[in-house]
Amino acid sequence: MRAFLLAVPLLIFLAMTFIVPIGKLLIMSVKTDEVANAVPRAAALLTDWSGPPALPSRQTFEALAADLQAAQDGGTLASAARRLNTYEPGFRSLLLKTVRQLPIPEGEQADEALRRIDQRWGEPETWRLLGRAAHRWTPDFLLTAMDHRVGGSGAIEPVEPSQAIYVGAFGRTFAISASVALICLVLGYPVAFLLATLPARQSNLLMIFVIVPFWTSLLVRTTAWYVLLQPNGVFNALLIHSGLTAAPMALMFNRTGVLIGMTHVLLPFMILANYAVMRGISPAYQRAAVSLGAHPALAFLRIYVPLTLPGIGTGTFLVFVLALGYYITPALLGGAGDEMISQLVALQMDRQLNWGLAGALSVYLVVFTLAVYVVFNRLVGIDRLRLG
Amino acid sequence: MTSETTAVLSERVAHRGVRVFSAAVLIFLIAPILIIVPLSFNQSSYFSYPLTGLTLRWYELILGSPEWQTAILNSFVIGLSATAIATVLGTLAAIGISRPSFPLRGVIVPILIAPMIIPIVVVAVSLYLVFAPLGLTNTHGGVILAHAALGTPFVVITVTARLMAFDTTLSRAAASLGATPLAVFRRVMLPQILPGVATGSIFAFATSFDEVVVILFIGGTEQRTIPRQMWAGIRDQINPGILAMAGLLTVFAVVLFLLIGWLQGRAGAPAR
Repeated sequence: MRAFLLAVPLLIFLAMTFIVPIGKLLIMSVKTDEVANAVPRAAALLTDWSGPPALPSRQTFEALAADLQAAQDGGTLASAARRLNTYEPGFRSLLLKTVRQLPIPEGEQADEALRRIDQRWGEPETWRLLGRAAHRWTPDFLLTAMDHRVGGSGAIEPVEPSQAIYVGAFGRTFAISASVALICLVLGYPVAFLLATLPARQSNLLMIFVIVPFWTSLLVRTTAWYVLLQPNGVFNALLIHSGLTAAPMALMFNRTGVLIGMTHVLLPFMILANYAVMRGISPAYQRAAVSLGAHPALAFLRIYVPLTLPGIGTGTFLVFVLALGYYITPALLGGAGDEMISQLVALQMDRQLNWGLAGALSVYLVVFTLAVYVVFNRLVGIDRLRLG
Repeated sequence: MTSETTAVLSERVAHRGVRVFSAAVLIFLIAPILIIVPLSFNQSSYFSYPLTGLTLRWYELILGSPEWQTAILNSFVIGLSATAIATVLGTLAAIGISRPSFPLRGVIVPILIAPMIIPIVVVAVSLYLVFAPLGLTNTHGGVILAHAALGTPFVVITVTARLMAFDTTLSRAAASLGATPLAVFRRVMLPQILPGVATGSIFAFATSFDEVVVILFIGGTEQRTIPRQMWAGIRDQINPGILAMAGLLTVFAVVLFLLIGWLQGRAGAPAR
């Protein structure tokens, strides 16, 4: 119990700065009470409405008119309008336009008045969306993040191809991360092997080539590639000078740039993870296999490589998981077709302040990351993670 | 030719292949840094070789600019404060989890490591969501708390690794000789694990020193750090001043590298 108490301060600290905030964001993906809070009476009446093609009852129109005025006075209108706008662009202006022309003049019926103010109030679809948004809990953002939505009939259907961007982005994020992990493994494994088998003096010297980049700021390394890969940059000058190409190659603002930059940043993790394991492997095993008649290549594949599996696992896991959340490098070196999920999450925040969709995209990203984490923990063990 | 000699021959070829391949990879790792550092001394503002002449004016430009001065100061203030918090909390927790009696290790340890694993954008957006109503956005305090959380896993990992090698009979011996638990910690355990604590705190500092995404979301202009300033510079209009800053940061990276090497040398040596 005393042992546990020592970890309590950190657990409380992480709960406040990490677990609760992330939990809150994830809840935002299914919680929508802005609209229900802003127009409570209309929301209650809409739950009894039978839905299109009929229009809601006259009382609903009256309730909405009253609610909207109250919401404007109470200051809850703006967030409700923003939320509704994520359902249908133009909803915000519809609400603001409507509330400007309230209250309803004496003697006019509420439904006629609203339809006079804007004919969209005469369309059942407007009310259907309002009704959906007025639920306190919604699957809509989780569906949007998977390029689906609840259609007019209440069934789940794919969104139009022109709006389907998120599944593709998840696939791209996965593909980029997997490619980077694979490239790092192919490039890093032989280097780790060499460093682990060379005499200590030479190996320590070569280690500088791995550790200095490792400690160099991510921004510095991304800047370096940003400068080197430009059309008139050092790299292209080298290619043209050596006669390999005649015209400058497009090396940045595309997938090539993203892969080069991310591989460069993450490769040291792969090398260090494998090196840590390889250094502990006695050469005697392989020698024994060879002395018993195995071909050196076979001895390497059958004896050495299996012994390095924990290193391969740790390195690949680290690179893959870190790559999944990459933001800076793809944002600077990538082009229009290379956005990773992190960039789309940031975009939802920056431009639209759409917490629901930012939260929903985060849900999938976090769940996937944690799934990889759990698998790794089962197979290799998080205790294997060593630094320095 | 016997099969044995072909085996020896193929092994030699393989070794040569590994060396050439590794050399190429190591050059790939170090070359970008080696190439851009000289460009930061280039007379002209173009990023190309040959250099037109050597100058220190880009370094003067950034070191003389009030914006960069604030950024440098902020980076150290935020980095050191976050490191202090992360080091204390992380070390305590590591001492706890390395005791055999620690309950629910399989649940708690992954939670403590999670800040390293969860995508940084998710962390940043979540912090904005919680910090904004508390008035912690656009404050140094908010950024420090966030960076401290990101740094703790590194301290936990390095100190736990160090504690694995710690002989617990030493603290039991000290306790049996009448030392108070605090004295046991300070006089027996701390000297043993200090290299691990120091390594972890350097990792935590480097994490904060290099962090930009969280600052983009929860920091304001007052909290601009070096990476935040570089990010803005690259997005806006990249200029040689940024390369000069990159040069300074590279020197700093070498200093950290030497520091870690020295600490690991000490860690290898038997503690007094």
